[in-house]
Amino acid sequence: MNSAKPLVGSFVRIQKRDLQSLVDELKAVHDRVVGPREIDSAIVYDDLDHVDQLPIGVIDHQEGGVYRLTHESSDSHFDYVVGPQSLKSFLFPPHETISESFRKDGQWEIQAVETPATRIAVLGPRACDLRGLAIQDKVFLEGPYVDPGYKRRRDALFIVAVNCRRSVATCFCHAMDCGPAVTSHFDLALTEMDECFAVEIGTSAGGVAMDATSWEPMSETEVAQAKEVSVELEESMRNGTSARQMETGGIRELLMDNLEHPRWQEVADRCLSCGNCTMVCPTCFCSSADEVADLSGDHVRRERSWASCFTAEHSYMHSGNVRKTTRSRYRQWLTHKLATWQDQFDSSGCTGCGRCITWCPVGIDLTEEVAAIRGE
Amino acid sequence: MSEKPKLAVFKFASCDGCQLSLLDCEDELLAVADAVEIAYFLEARTDQIAGPYDIGLIEGSVTTAHDAERIREIRQQCKFLVTIGACATSGGIQALKNWQDADEFVRSVYATPEYISTLSTSTAIADHVPVDFELRGCPINRHQLLELISSLLRGRRPTTPSYSVCIECKRRMTVCIAVARGVACLGPVTQAGCDALCPAFDRECFGCFGPKETPNVISLTNHYQQQGVDGDHLTRLTRSFNANAPEFKEASDLLSGEPPLADNGDH
Repeated sequence: MNSAKPLVGSFVRIQKRDLQSLVDELKAVHDRVVGPREIDSAIVYDDLDHVDQLPIGVIDHQEGGVYRLTHESSDSHFDYVVGPQSLKSFLFPPHETISESFRKDGQWEIQAVETPATRIAVLGPRACDLRGLAIQDKVFLEGPYVDPGYKRRRDALFIVAVNCRRSVATCFCHAMDCGPAVTSHFDLALTEMDECFAVEIGTSAGGVAMDATSWEPMSETEVAQAKEVSVELEESMRNGTSARQMETGGIRELLMDNLEHPRWQEVADRCLSCGNCTMVCPTCFCSSADEVADLSGDHVRRERSWASCFTAEHSYMHSGNVRKTTRSRYRQWLTHKLATWQDQFDSSGCTGCGRCITWCPVGIDLTEEVAAIRGE
Repeated sequence: MSEKPKLAVFKFASCDGCQLSLLDCEDELLAVADAVEIAYFLEARTDQIAGPYDIGLIEGSVTTAHDAERIREIRQQCKFLVTIGACATSGGIQALKNWQDADEFVRSVYATPEYISTLSTSTAIADHVPVDFELRGCPINRHQLLELISSLLRGRRPTTPSYSVCIECKRRMTVCIAVARGVACLGPVTQAGCDALCPAFDRECFGCFGPKETPNVISLTNHYQQQGVDGDHLTRLTRSFNANAPEFKEASDLLSGEPPLADNGDH
């Protein structure tokens, strides 16, 4: 073992089998270590004890409304891309009790529910999901109102990112300028090489964790080789058929100047308004808060749950629904995601992860919808 | 006379499973009995307190001329009428008879067919009288039933979702079996409320909560057909516990090319 900890910004190398030392170290200092696992025919995040639980040799194939895994006899640890879950559920849980109210002697007592955050180390997020995290940080932490639960969980999150070596047909992070290279929002970032992992140190906490491994310094040539993995992938995504394409130039004006385009009705005829796209989106942040009372009416919990702009309830206000049709709901979602998000948060709301395409039960593809409105 | 609101439970053509959901509220049953007077509920008590009632829960569908008459009388007795379950809300599994010759069933099943007096259709309670609220499901979800009672006691709207089962699936992190395994699932067009029970146990949603708000059933069945799912399978999928719900019926009739023999208004 080296005597000095690796420095922030540096690259080091570990042998593939030494990844277990890192997992063991993360387990020692976090409540949970989660990583990609093959469960129920998909790659999902779940508890990780041993590196051999990773989906080694598993390859994913994604298309509109279709997700399939195949198994190959390789030792590639991370050659599937993103599954249905992003980092969202770790920081913005699908259900959360945010307050409780008790009636005692005719008086209401209201208590905030402040559950201490579980310290989670997550192995496996890709560049698109780290951009999703950055966007959600802005939504939940950087406005005038900071979400306290999100902040507690965010402060307790440790991230071991992974640079993709391949893309699937629904990927378009390159078009959204979100990947495929991991550039920020990580403690450590792995690039899988033939015989080893190249590890970029993102934070001092990352450097401390790496100290538990038998890391070795990398030469400039070796660092350049590791960086070349992302460069080559990006080239193949731009030039080939291994990814979706989306022209983003002037997209805000394109969409906002075409609110009555016939394409909105055409997509609405196919859209199920089921909400799957918003549930799997790493940046969709809408929630609803329901008061749940017991029969006596003396105990009320305020429950926050993931909500979707595709539901009638979401656009119901003061006794009327402002978006009655699927056409208006799809248009609201897409124009917010790609256009008005820029006004609200100074960036696009899309990271090019492609989940909304893959997990749409009828395979509606936003890149195709944008191209159609562009007249392509 | 008690000042508590009077609750009545009435049964039509059904299996009793939805009524049982009320008795199944074991932990909350004393609180329910505390909050309302269970005035008429043959499955729970022999005493029958005469109407009018504040809340009438209706289980089952209308399958006889007597049913059609009785539901009108009950409607007059109940201030707030709630249908509970797929039978009362859409006609139930027994509405499959709407596509068949009911007389032939009677002849082949009963030794003395002349004792049987039945309509050719099974129809929803709302086809006969105005209904104030629907609790969906086969059977209903007891938490939704408690929410309904609780909200009626306080004069607020019940919080029961009308969106898709998919939202519940995704909230509980169930992997979509339609996308990941190519299984035809009705979740995207079915109303939530079951907490996405079936997909969590690795089987497809068969629509027991009926069509969700703004359902686009035909887009979904078209897509499944394009993915190679057999049309007969999709007809059976859409023609089950809520076969007679308008949007499911439209899809199954299109898939099979066979509309029901009898018009649903024929009773």
